[in-house]
Amino acid sequence: MAATDVDIFSNEEKRNLSLGGHVGFDSLPDQLVSKSVTQGFCFNILCVGETGIGKSTLMNTLFNTMFENEEASHYQNSVYLRPRTYDLQESNVHLKLTIVDTVGFGDQINKEDSYKPIVDYIDTQFENYLQEELKIKRSLFNYHDTRIHICLYFIAPTGHSLKSLDLVTMKKLDSKVNIIPIIAKADTISKSELHKFKIKIMSELVSNGVQIYQFPTDDEAVTEINSSMNAHLPFAVVGSVEEVKVGNKTVRARQYPWGVVQVENESHCDFVKLREMLIRVNMEDLREQTHARHYELYRRCKLEEMGFKDTDPDSQPFSLQETYEAKRKEFLGDLQRKEEEMRQMFVSKVKETEAELKEKEKELHDKFEQLKRMHQEEKRKVEEKRRDIEEEMNAFNRRKVAAETLSLSQPLKKDKDKKN
Amino acid sequence: MDAILQEKLAEKLLCPRARSSRQKDRQYVGFATLPNQVHRKSVKKGFDFTLMVAGESGLGKSTLVNSLFLTDLYKDRKLLNAEERISQTVEITKHTVDIEEKGVKLKLTIVDTPGFGDAVNNNECWKPITDYIDQQFEQYFRDESGLNRKNILDNRVHCCLYFIPPFGHGLRPIDVEFMKALHEKVNIIPLIAKADCLTPNEIKKLKDRVRDEIEKFGIKVYQFPECDSDEDEEFKQLDKELKECTPLAVIGSNTVVEARGQRVRGRVYPWGIVEVENQSHCDFVKLRSMLIRSHMHDLKDVTCDVHYENYRAQCIQDMTSKLTQDNRVDSPLPILPLPTPDAETERLIKMKDEELKRMQEMLEKMQQQIHEKEQ
Repeated sequence: MAATDVDIFSNEEKRNLSLGGHVGFDSLPDQLVSKSVTQGFCFNILCVGETGIGKSTLMNTLFNTMFENEEASHYQNSVYLRPRTYDLQESNVHLKLTIVDTVGFGDQINKEDSYKPIVDYIDTQFENYLQEELKIKRSLFNYHDTRIHICLYFIAPTGHSLKSLDLVTMKKLDSKVNIIPIIAKADTISKSELHKFKIKIMSELVSNGVQIYQFPTDDEAVTEINSSMNAHLPFAVVGSVEEVKVGNKTVRARQYPWGVVQVENESHCDFVKLREMLIRVNMEDLREQTHARHYELYRRCKLEEMGFKDTDPDSQPFSLQETYEAKRKEFLGDLQRKEEEMRQMFVSKVKETEAELKEKEKELHDKFEQLKRMHQEEKRKVEEKRRDIEEEMNAFNRRKVAAETLSLSQPLKKDKDKKN
Repeated sequence: MDAILQEKLAEKLLCPRARSSRQKDRQYVGFATLPNQVHRKSVKKGFDFTLMVAGESGLGKSTLVNSLFLTDLYKDRKLLNAEERISQTVEITKHTVDIEEKGVKLKLTIVDTPGFGDAVNNNECWKPITDYIDQQFEQYFRDESGLNRKNILDNRVHCCLYFIPPFGHGLRPIDVEFMKALHEKVNIIPLIAKADCLTPNEIKKLKDRVRDEIEKFGIKVYQFPECDSDEDEEFKQLDKELKECTPLAVIGSNTVVEARGQRVRGRVYPWGIVEVENQSHCDFVKLRSMLIRSHMHDLKDVTCDVHYENYRAQCIQDMTSKLTQDNRVDSPLPILPLPTPDAETERLIKMKDEELKRMQEMLEKMQQQIHEKEQ
């Protein structure tokens, strides 16, 4: 942030002045600090690791409190994330701590989709923040920032190398969140094995292009300690909340039949280093990196997806406002077009159906006509036949009458013949 | 009285010099020397044992095998990188060594399963292992049924050590699936690996958990045989302790370190030294004594008598059922009824029965109606 500001200002006319006396703006950092102290801080940690690897115990050890945590079972069907928010206070500083646990990670037989719920969760938090940013009426200073600031990746202490699942998951997460890999349950690896293990892990990460979080070395106050810590990655940690009496002190440790592993003993494990780096030195830097790098990357990708660009085809800088308006117009035009289309389709469909119906009507009509004609034909034929029959009947009657008269006149003739 | 006398004599007889005293007793027959003869013959013949180790990479399988047999079996092993393991398949590798101790020869074969559980998608990753075991059974079955049975090579797997990671809260789904696929083919002995990351309380909790889950899922792991009632108390006590200790929590190491003034095998940490052979540190000694010193032969017996016989019976049944299916139409010989009727045919028969019943009822009704009408 500071570097870019300088660039802008060097373009304008600037003169260096020296002060005649004490003005008092050297209290600006203090004002900033008191403001942020009253506001309170928030920090979000994501713990990714197999079930039972010691995530909850390490969180309890780091923050010296017992967060409530039930043991997870190994038989989850898929990975899901469980965020829990706590309010902590130390001196007069308030911290809103969110710990996100991955439940069921590494337990399934087919782990190809194990990374997806984690990536989705991180993206959702970014999305929520983006939505808040784009709102018209927004309250960013009041907003509970749930973006993940740090991902602690727990590596199982096999002593050989990373597991295949570890590699795949870290590759998917390295561009979205700050990753610090740690070796869990490190009291099962001896010193020489640990050295080889760390080298192997780092070389595997480098050769696969996984970008883990590097402690910043540009601030002179912390550059020395940070660069030495960078060489100790990944940290080999042991967590414990039980207290054991060693000598005349009571320390947090794990008691074995062969010795006592002290959590805060630097020669036993790297817990102290992790705590220094994570909480005491670089917490603020982690938050900044999340906002400036990971969130900006997400935002850029998301807006580009939506079709926004910073420059239009003529390389003139666009403002978001204009782009937004243009998009809206486009969208409304689209909508209208779609409406028109639908309406036209509806009209044409109606016409089609009408035409069909008309045709059917005509057909019926024709049929009716045809039937009528047939009927008439038949009627005519029947009429003809009737007339024929009537004629025949008349003819027959005539013949009958004729025959009768003939027979009547014939006997007269016979009589006449007889008389003669 | 006679029995005790004979027992005492038998003891003396194992030492060849007591021959002269034997001839003094007339009641004595002499077959009490049989154990001695068996001993001599078996020493001459030599023993063989096939051990399979299974579990994810990095759980200390190779170290443990080296510690058990005090040799270095895995000299130039190449370990894969994480990226190469993303889609790795399971291989089966065999190492055979001949070791000898006090004149007794042992041909030891270790079957290793690199790649198990290492890939991202481990669906059915135990299939190559079950196939291998079945293959060995099939090979032996064929050899046994052959004409020349003089030199049968017994490659059957006698025991499978399954390594459970100590980092979890109990058995994981892949552990359960693996053991369920194999428990009827081979003697499974589950072990908790890398036990130096667990405090004694945690070990106890994890063992109880694993035992409960094994019972819950119905996995049949290798059961130690019950002691005979005439064994001495010490043996019985050991046996009882062993049974309560399963699954055994082991630590392996082949490096010798200096601890408490002695040279022992162990692992050096800044906070202490873990001794592999210290009973209060881990159960390695119990495992070794159980596997090698007392139960090796029992494992072989169970493999031959139970697992192999099951396989053989299943094989023969499959063959005969196939035969009867093919020759069902024109078989001159009477076909033996199959021991388990086909579920499908049973269902069909039931259906047809019901239909018949229904039709009969309808007929009766109709008859009744006709009868009534007539009246």
